Amino acid sequence: MSESPFLLEARNVAKKFDLVVALKAASLQVRPGEVHGLMGSNGAGKSTLVKIITGVFPADGGQIFVKGVARSFRSPAEARSAGIVSVYQDPALVPDLTVAQNMRLAGAPVDAIRKWLAELGVVRLDFSLLVRDLPYQTLRLIDLARALASEPAVLLLDEITASLPADLSERIYAMVKHWRERGNAVIFISHRMAEVSALCDRATVLRDGVTVGVTERAHGSEERIVALMLGAETARAVASAASTRTSRQTPPDAQAALEVRGLRRGPLLNDVSFKLYPGEVLGVAALEGQGQEELFDCIAGSRRYDEGAVFAHGKELGLRHPADAIAAGIVLVPANRLLALLQQRPIRENIALPAFGGIRNWGPIRMHAERIRVESAIARLQIDTRAGSELRRLSGGNQQKVVIARWLANGFNTLLCFDPTRGIDIGTKRQIYALVRELAAAGSAVLLFTSELPEIALACDRAIVLFGGRVVAEMPVSEADEATLLRSAHGLAPPAQAAS
Amino acid sequence: MTTPAEDKSSVLAIPAAASNTPLITRLRRSLRRNPSLFFMPVLLIASLAITVVIHPQFSDFDLQSLAMGALPLAFAAAAQTAVVISGGLDLSIGSVIAVANVLAASTMEKASFGESLLLAAAVLVVGAAIGALNGLIVILSRIPDVVATLTSGFIWGGVALLILEKPGGGAPQEFLNLGTGTLFTAWLPNALVLLVAAVCVIWIPLRQSKLGLQLYAVGSDRVAAFRSGVNIDRTRFAAYIFSGLFSAVGGLGLTMTTGIGAPLAGVYYTLSGLAAVVVGGVSLAGGRGGMVGPVMAAFVLTLIPTDLIFLNIDPNFGQVIQGTLIVAIVMIGGFVDMARHRK
Repeated sequence: MSESPFLLEARNVAKKFDLVVALKAASLQVRPGEVHGLMGSNGAGKSTLVKIITGVFPADGGQIFVKGVARSFRSPAEARSAGIVSVYQDPALVPDLTVAQNMRLAGAPVDAIRKWLAELGVVRLDFSLLVRDLPYQTLRLIDLARALASEPAVLLLDEITASLPADLSERIYAMVKHWRERGNAVIFISHRMAEVSALCDRATVLRDGVTVGVTERAHGSEERIVALMLGAETARAVASAASTRTSRQTPPDAQAALEVRGLRRGPLLNDVSFKLYPGEVLGVAALEGQGQEELFDCIAGSRRYDEGAVFAHGKELGLRHPADAIAAGIVLVPANRLLALLQQRPIRENIALPAFGGIRNWGPIRMHAERIRVESAIARLQIDTRAGSELRRLSGGNQQKVVIARWLANGFNTLLCFDPTRGIDIGTKRQIYALVRELAAAGSAVLLFTSELPEIALACDRAIVLFGGRVVAEMPVSEADEATLLRSAHGLAPPAQAAS
Repeated sequence: MTTPAEDKSSVLAIPAAASNTPLITRLRRSLRRNPSLFFMPVLLIASLAITVVIHPQFSDFDLQSLAMGALPLAFAAAAQTAVVISGGLDLSIGSVIAVANVLAASTMEKASFGESLLLAAAVLVVGAAIGALNGLIVILSRIPDVVATLTSGFIWGGVALLILEKPGGGAPQEFLNLGTGTLFTAWLPNALVLLVAAVCVIWIPLRQSKLGLQLYAVGSDRVAAFRSGVNIDRTRFAAYIFSGLFSAVGGLGLTMTTGIGAPLAGVYYTLSGLAAVVVGGVSLAGGRGGMVGPVMAAFVLTLIPTDLIFLNIDPNFGQVIQGTLIVAIVMIGGFVDMARHRK
């Protein structure tokens, strides 16, 4: 039980965050001299597993073995001294310190880091520059060089190539191979399937916090990984759900309720264009960090875009503030309900709040008219108010309904739903999707991002897939089964026609 | 690896950046990063110049009273700076100054000079211990630092009143001379020497140490600092110890310059010290700023009311002017920052 022949082994690791189960039984076995892929769709538990292995937080169950010895690290520093080092998804450099100070902070040897940076192609970097003044790509390379300089036996790379240009990614692949040749192991997490199949010797696939399979590098391993990520049952259930819905036809000459042209923002959003018609639900499918958050925030006016244009009913919008979007009838239902709602205030105020925006509404509140509007919205969404009127007493699903009720009561024509069913029970989920359909049937346009790909087929008419901040695929819902979406979301060309 | 060999050799040939960057570039860069290094001396010299214009008979005596007046405030600002840089806030500083002040004045009254120096050392230990206790409360209870230190400030304020009910006590003349006398010339007040010496002895070694780096790192980005292997709790704890230590020095300074212990005199320094921190260009968000700015700001904030008195302005109206000036100074700093980040 306590013996392990592997360089690094995780055995049945479990982790719960409050009520959310992130990992149930994750296992991983890594040999010396291999690049090991760690795959899984959103929320499968990849990052959680990496963080448990490197001591960011403790596991609730299971064991970690390093060179055959059971270990549990209490901090990343402790894991580093045991030869296990991770480059996390976001840069681990302190912005207000210089590069040199950051290195001193982590006790990292500057000469070794310079050497590794040179190997990565960064030759003349002034270490006395502040981290906050350096571009994101350079920070990723510094992160990697810092990890390499501690000569880790196991190097974990969590989505390091996610927002890097191709040439930098190439350098990282070369470094990963080099590290393997020195007899070390690399655990490589990526959403880009092509990378994984080119680079990894083996891959472990996680689904819903459980290790569902390990693949050797062999012909057709990509298909097998996709199949493992999907799980047989899900695939079947989705197929039946999709077949019951027929996709709407939009007349080609209709005016788009929302049109986005060439939207760009920072490194994450690169040229997104699409049209959304009245009466249509357009699904957005994407893996984590492919620019979907930036896209929704830009359209909703809460972040500014660098380039591009947004049109509502043919008129270009100057979106500088969420109020601009709301005035144009574009409203957002964010994933994090806490961002949209006032937890300590009653439901009535939460629903009526946007009506107070205009300055001529600053006077006395017309209580009667407001109550009628609010109550009809509550009734229409069947919000369960028995728990009391204070918002924080409501369940997550009911809170999400309040966000939607707010826009029902105040009027809108385009609804942006960002992962509206995250962490919501299945019954409420169905209600929310039924409502989305109903709104569309009444002539509203809905843009819906969901991290659960099967839900696209349940609620949408059409789907676009984002990858690397670009729209890589567009399809009617009849073609948008989970396998196709997952493939495009991983940046794979659709070989699905041949397979299905 | 695919990288050509000449690339590697060229990199190894580059010496450490610190020694090959010209001094002027480094100076310019540190000014850009911490504009208060430039802004504060200019402001201080300007306000001194204005004082001399308003009050042409400005003498060595005026300089001495300025240094004495600014001494406790400068230490309060230094104490707050240590905590604010680490991303915290300490609202008990004034009360700790009061405790140190009355503790010194009540025990030193009949002491010899030698004994008073030992007692002063004991007061410093007590100050650091109070700071440690504050740090423990903030870290262990996870109560927001504003709440924790505000309430502990009430406690220490009460303790100060328990030690010395009304203003009184005293200290040997030699001890008072450390704060009131002059060194070599009448234009070099001891208070100034003491201030510079204390800040140099405590702050410069800290700034050069790994702990100092950790203070800035924790204030700048806790997650990144944690991932770099910094023990967040221990670092924040250390910040509060330094805050207690600087506050105790401030309390001793108050004893030296006033000659007595006054249980309520210290309390004023919490908010004035915070004002000096903000004027001195330390970001309340943590991680940015230095010690020079707040200490100089303490002098500017001491000069403003003096000038208003010289100008014969109604003291109540003077308050309005002082507040307006502080807001204006901070706003200018904010605009400069904004202009820099926009481009």
